[in-house]
Amino acid sequence: MDQPDTAKVATEMVQVTIDGASVAVQKGATLLEACQQMGTEIPTLCYLETLTPVNVCRVCVVEVERNRTLVPACSRMAEDGMVVSTDSERVRHSRKMVLEFLGSSVDLSLAEDEVGDWMERYGADPARYGPVSAPAAAGERDARKPGHHHHVNGETAEGVHQPTKVDNTLYIRDYSRCILCYKCVEACGIDAQGTYAIAVAGRGFDARISTEMDLPLGDGACVFCGNCIGVCPTGALMFRSEWELRRADLWDPQAQSVTRTVCSYCGVGCNLELHTQDNRIVKVTSPQDHEVTSGHLCIKGRFGYDYVQNLGDVEQNSIDEVLQAARRRSPK
Amino acid sequence: MDDAEVVILWGSNARAAHPIFFHRVIRAVRRGAQLFCVDPRRSESAEWADLWLGIDVGSDIALSNAMAREILSEGLENRRFIERSTLNFDEYARSVEKWTLERGERVTGVPAHAIRTLAHTYARADRAQLCWTLGITEHHNATDNVLALINLALLCGHVGRYGSGLVPLRGQNNVQGGGDMGAIPNKLPGFQDVENDELRAKFEKVWGASIPPRKGRHLTLMFEAMEEGHLRGLYVIGENPADSEADVQRARHLMEGLDFMVVQDIFLTRTAQMADVVLPAAADWCEAEGTVTSSERRVQRVRPALRPPGEARTDSSIISHLAAALGHGWGQPTAEEVWNELRSLSPMHGGMSYRRLEENGGLQWPCLDEDDPGELFLHSRLWANPPVGPLAPFHVVEWAPPVDSLTADYPIRLTTGRHLDSYNTGVQSGSTASPLRFGGTLDISPEDSAEWEIAEGEEVRVTSRRGSITVPARVDHSLRPGLVFMSVHFPEQADINKLTIEAWDPKSGTAEFKATAVRVEKAPALVG
Repeated sequence: MDQPDTAKVATEMVQVTIDGASVAVQKGATLLEACQQMGTEIPTLCYLETLTPVNVCRVCVVEVERNRTLVPACSRMAEDGMVVSTDSERVRHSRKMVLEFLGSSVDLSLAEDEVGDWMERYGADPARYGPVSAPAAAGERDARKPGHHHHVNGETAEGVHQPTKVDNTLYIRDYSRCILCYKCVEACGIDAQGTYAIAVAGRGFDARISTEMDLPLGDGACVFCGNCIGVCPTGALMFRSEWELRRADLWDPQAQSVTRTVCSYCGVGCNLELHTQDNRIVKVTSPQDHEVTSGHLCIKGRFGYDYVQNLGDVEQNSIDEVLQAARRRSPK
Repeated sequence: MDDAEVVILWGSNARAAHPIFFHRVIRAVRRGAQLFCVDPRRSESAEWADLWLGIDVGSDIALSNAMAREILSEGLENRRFIERSTLNFDEYARSVEKWTLERGERVTGVPAHAIRTLAHTYARADRAQLCWTLGITEHHNATDNVLALINLALLCGHVGRYGSGLVPLRGQNNVQGGGDMGAIPNKLPGFQDVENDELRAKFEKVWGASIPPRKGRHLTLMFEAMEEGHLRGLYVIGENPADSEADVQRARHLMEGLDFMVVQDIFLTRTAQMADVVLPAAADWCEAEGTVTSSERRVQRVRPALRPPGEARTDSSIISHLAAALGHGWGQPTAEEVWNELRSLSPMHGGMSYRRLEENGGLQWPCLDEDDPGELFLHSRLWANPPVGPLAPFHVVEWAPPVDSLTADYPIRLTTGRHLDSYNTGVQSGSTASPLRFGGTLDISPEDSAEWEIAEGEEVRVTSRRGSITVPARVDHSLRPGLVFMSVHFPEQADINKLTIEAWDPKSGTAEFKATAVRVEKAPALVG
């Protein structure tokens, strides 16, 4: 047995027409990849290069000739001879509705910046559905059973607002901000971590991300890798430190810097991006394009930095001291 | 890893100790790779395995030799590779002749059919990765354990090919780099032998100083020298031997007897508290500029994100100032200047400029010049026809049981390891309030819990030939009767190294942390 040839990738190409222009892409490429190749921007929410497409947000839909429905660009493969419109009236209308429905029911104020741009581009007006319904009581949405619908009054836009779940020292879950993109479920489960601590529970508008039996995080399968936070596009999952700083109006991106370094905890060589403010680490991420991690970390790499912060017992002091330090330096 | 057909984790609980590497293992498993775990515990990693081989602690060589015999007797060895690229095969083949599956089962506790399955699957695979960690190396015969695994890889030609290799998973971000930089007793940077006159002269010319022509002592030998009274002073950088040494009471006693000890650390560790002088250091990974080298020989840059607290300085600053105080004007070189000097002396790092490290997100040595992309894997030279460089020798290795033997007084085997959320003696990880942490416990199997009438949380006394500690018991389904486990993370609650044995491997100096003989009793009702 000699050394195997490792580079035998078939490079069969297919030709597609996108918005009137013809482009050749590798067989197996998605319409999204074909659009990216042409420089045509397609909005995406539930799509991430490191995760399997789940086609749930529908904001990336495009129109394909002779297809009855609009298709999700993130997962539909390019076929030879396909004729695609990415900006037809039907596409624009559909994207507008998706953005309006999300905007009227979910708090998107911490979503990635592009979401606001898309709202404008597609003329989405979430406010036209009326004021958002009152927040649910803590745990009320989690207790809803499939088939038990309650009546809407038509006066308010039905929303998912509810109190933030704060059940551990490392991260919080604010499902008022959750658009059910499934990214956290995939990062926790099949696409990276293999822990399966969370899944979608409930049906229809009552669907929500839940731990098994709605247990607090520390009582379930969660291993606190924080890979769910790493992929969340709307700030529903957040470092406890970031959440506390935001609550105190001390989170200051202008005063933050990001430094790339290597984790100290084992020999795998995971790259860390340390987000610092006022000489404190306030958040840790890993670059998605980093070969070793694909953006994913473990509990030690993501949260195990308190020992360089000169703090005492974290349960009691960490956040307070970060706050105090920040307050001393940046009075508001 | 991404294209391996078979992955063996041998003495490695990567799921907990190397979680992001384990993501790759999971990916391989999903793609259809078979995963085998050889471990006394049915660990978190073993839960993912196609087959778990629950080996008795310290019988790794017996398992390896039995696998080798099975492979040979079925004619599954890679003859062409053996003949072309290896040495000493015949002697090795004779030495494993006595290791029948039955004998293997008797010594290892692994059923013969499981040994046979692993042997056949490994030998028949096109691409197989054999990975290990401290379960192989923290034994009195650590080097022999590693050689036994290398023998298997040579036998099947699973080395030096894409997707096939030997993978020692390093426990710290720069263990590899430390060795590469010459922080081992017998090597100068770039694995250049300190006892080689020509190589030493090359360094002496650049350094403008003479280098002692003989190899130094490793940690274990240093403690021997302290005991014999030759070694009277110690300069400890970033190590906490007063908690981490095996038979730690002896180690503490010896360090207390020194004339002078300097400790350079980011914390006032137990070792630092014993020192005459403490030099407060910056944390390398987030308060200093430099490089570290991962398990896959990838050199990557670390960068300062924080200002170090108080008077703490970077290690390089401390060392430069110390040199100045000793009369050597090194100035205050930047990390890049130090690195460039290293590149001029260590050929395998020659092509790794800071600029290229930045552009490539790290480079894997050997990287000889600025056009060299580095090497994804080593030893491909063995597959050249004819092979380039020295052939790879088989080593005859004989099984020897752990030094701390099981007897009627000490009938239980205690082994050690890491938990997912914690790290070594807990100096770093202990600062973060992990929701997963349950502290220092003695983990026992459900069977022993029933047999000894010891419930979860109950205080037990654990006694070895060297010491005795009291800790709460925890029932752990990954354990088997007669096997108990403690993590190394909580020396203040559970001073495990009072129990461990300072029986060490003469070749590597590693102590046998993994195999202690103990007895377990209910703690006396009234303590203190």
